[in-house]
Amino acid sequence: MIIELGHYALVLALGVSALQAILPVFGAARGDRALMEIGTVAAKATFLLVALSFGVLTYAHVTSDFSVQNVWENSHSQIPLIYKFSGVWGNHEGSMLLWMLILTFFSALVAVFGHNLPDTLKANVLAVQAWIASAFSLFILLTSNPFNRLADVPGEGRDLNPVLQDIGLAIHPPLLYLGYVGFSVCFSFAVAALIDGRIDAAWARWVRPWTLAAWTCLTAGIVMGSYWAYYELGWGGWWFWDPVENASFIPWLAGTALLHSALVMEKREALKIWTVLLAILTFSMSLLGTFLVRSGVLTSVHAFATDPTRGVFILVILILFIGGAFSLFAFRAAHLKAGGLFAPISREGALVLNNLILTTAAATVLTGTLYPLVLEALTGSKISVGAPFFNMTFGLLMLPLLLAVPFGPLLAWKRGDLLGAGQRLFAAVAIGLVAGCAIYYAQHGGPVMALAGLVLGAYMIAGSLTELFLRSGIGKVAGSVAVRRLAGLPRSVFGTALAHIGLGVTLIGIVAVTAFETEHIVEMKPGMTADAGGYTLRFDGLRDGKGPNYTEQSGHFSVMRAGVTVAEMWSSKRLYTARRMPTTEAGIKTFGLSQLYVSLGDGMADGGVVVRIWWKPLILCIWGGALVMMMGGAVSLSDRRLRIGAPSRARKQKRPVLEPAQ
Amino acid sequence: MTRKQKRLAIIGGGVSFIIAAVLLVMFAFSQAVAYFYVPGDLAKAHLAPGTRIRLGGLVEAGSVKRGDGMTVSFSVTDTLDRVPVTYTGILPDLFREGQGVVAEGAFVAGSPVFVADTVLAKHDETYMPKDVADRLKAQGVSLGGKENIQ
Repeated sequence: MIIELGHYALVLALGVSALQAILPVFGAARGDRALMEIGTVAAKATFLLVALSFGVLTYAHVTSDFSVQNVWENSHSQIPLIYKFSGVWGNHEGSMLLWMLILTFFSALVAVFGHNLPDTLKANVLAVQAWIASAFSLFILLTSNPFNRLADVPGEGRDLNPVLQDIGLAIHPPLLYLGYVGFSVCFSFAVAALIDGRIDAAWARWVRPWTLAAWTCLTAGIVMGSYWAYYELGWGGWWFWDPVENASFIPWLAGTALLHSALVMEKREALKIWTVLLAILTFSMSLLGTFLVRSGVLTSVHAFATDPTRGVFILVILILFIGGAFSLFAFRAAHLKAGGLFAPISREGALVLNNLILTTAAATVLTGTLYPLVLEALTGSKISVGAPFFNMTFGLLMLPLLLAVPFGPLLAWKRGDLLGAGQRLFAAVAIGLVAGCAIYYAQHGGPVMALAGLVLGAYMIAGSLTELFLRSGIGKVAGSVAVRRLAGLPRSVFGTALAHIGLGVTLIGIVAVTAFETEHIVEMKPGMTADAGGYTLRFDGLRDGKGPNYTEQSGHFSVMRAGVTVAEMWSSKRLYTARRMPTTEAGIKTFGLSQLYVSLGDGMADGGVVVRIWWKPLILCIWGGALVMMMGGAVSLSDRRLRIGAPSRARKQKRPVLEPAQ
Repeated sequence: MTRKQKRLAIIGGGVSFIIAAVLLVMFAFSQAVAYFYVPGDLAKAHLAPGTRIRLGGLVEAGSVKRGDGMTVSFSVTDTLDRVPVTYTGILPDLFREGQGVVAEGAFVAGSPVFVADTVLAKHDETYMPKDVADRLKAQGVSLGGKENIQ
């Protein structure tokens, strides 16, 4: 009965969002406030209905109600409670419901916090959100209903896919979806602006917090996914250029570009048309990502949906929304007034460069991801486009951007001074060189490219700090004045600096791991030792163990330095009994920012076991840098300019700190 | 700079960057992608030694031999033809005789042995890499006895 209630709530949500999709648009066109107000109420109601529906599915999973097909296929009575929860979205149907939940959550947020929006804009935004919600709830109800019942109730479930039984999976999809789907709000704002035919700096100020919030969550989601793949799959890699990873990375690149172009539009009223286009593009990439992952057109780890009817349905949604938005854009873009001219070398110019490189890089990743599909469809020949392709293209294209990152914030709006900015960055370049060389020598040995990469990373960090130093006048004015000025800087300045520093940290991590990582594959018998990263690893033997739903054989290792045991590690091979599926649980030990990573292989006839040992120098910088970027996003989001639509106050606040920067 | 020059500088810079990117992508496609073959295709393919390819098929039953150290040799088959493969390293969890596998690597000049540096078996025991299943089906091989398309 409860299950049917969840199903019913979802049907009702479809009905309500269909109303929300149509009535406010008419209201906005006629200036009828009552009709427009329906959008606000309906958005909240849809969210509550979808939340109820999601709650019911969660209840079914937690109570292991195997009469529900979805629970039977993806759960087991013996798995720990947390995986009963995460199992809700660890499958196609449930994850689509989560998608809906987050979409309607964002609509409800717009409804609740959008009271300072113009009525017509708010009504149109909520209507566009409802178009998406209607399409996807129809998709769930027709092709992916999680509430289907089984006539004969099985006694036991078929278990959740073992690689998904992990805390990382519990967090990864919700965060990723918060990012993916968060961009829907930017999309809706763009489409609403096109319907309205009016767009100004205020529009950009409304869009920016949504972009920032979505971007921050998407960053978190990607980082979680990367770390999850790193420790759970046991291959020691942190990024595989897998199509599914690319599907989340392309919207991230586009979203990063949007974040920067919205800045130009807010401050200078320039790049209006481009920003609208980018807002549409970013969410289109999210939709495309959903299509690639959910339709099963790709062969990959995540491909757990293989029914073609679903693929076609999402493809239709994709074409309708992307095609519709672009047609609207084509008709209306000419009506938008372009504004704000600027010199090529200026803050705007730097942000244009940022957008150019990020969107080109996103297009490159998209091409590499789709090319095998297109080629197969056209010629039938099958190719794999993997890491070598992406490293060659994406890596090279991003290089000028990384070099330019510290310059951007130092250039003035409208007309900048490249030489002046360069002089101010002189110290940053020097620090970058010294620090890069220091890290290089600490990690001893490696190709010249690695040194260059480390220098680049350190230069980016130092360059981003330069901005803060210059604006607060550290070294030029009395310490207390500098501190006061620093504290008085708008939060978004700190946000920018943090995000750019984070990028530098991530770069250092990537370069260090790529260049200095060591990998040994050795056969070990109890008592034997192997060296990695200055540590000695002693294999102490295998032990059989048993978990709630698996049996395992785990190897015990002692980590020694100069003959003294400093740590112990376990690495195991598990067999999940319900699916008879083996997995490798890597043993990971952190030393500072570096990690020792041990993965067990096959047992040999003579009692030995094959062991794969990696030393991953500075690997935590990769995810740590991304965390710093997220902090940057969060700090920026807390900037008061974004919370209140009062540009004059923000400008007044900033002026005193701007002047002494020279 | 005049208005026109400013616009020209920005557009010109943008266009040349995009052209550079397109050339780079085209170059990378000619260099850094691997084509997929099953053993039956190789005779017709005339590959130059050292060309990186992906070799897909089933691990032939009884062919897996562990040599000295970490080197493993096995045969990849599409049930008609077979190719001997050597690989040094740890095989994936789901690597088993009779199961689908994709090996990435190259042939060494003057030897029929395929030297793989990556071996993939995907994360589901009933799962066969889509590429392999398609090719095997095209050759009329039945998959695990469940579906027979001959």
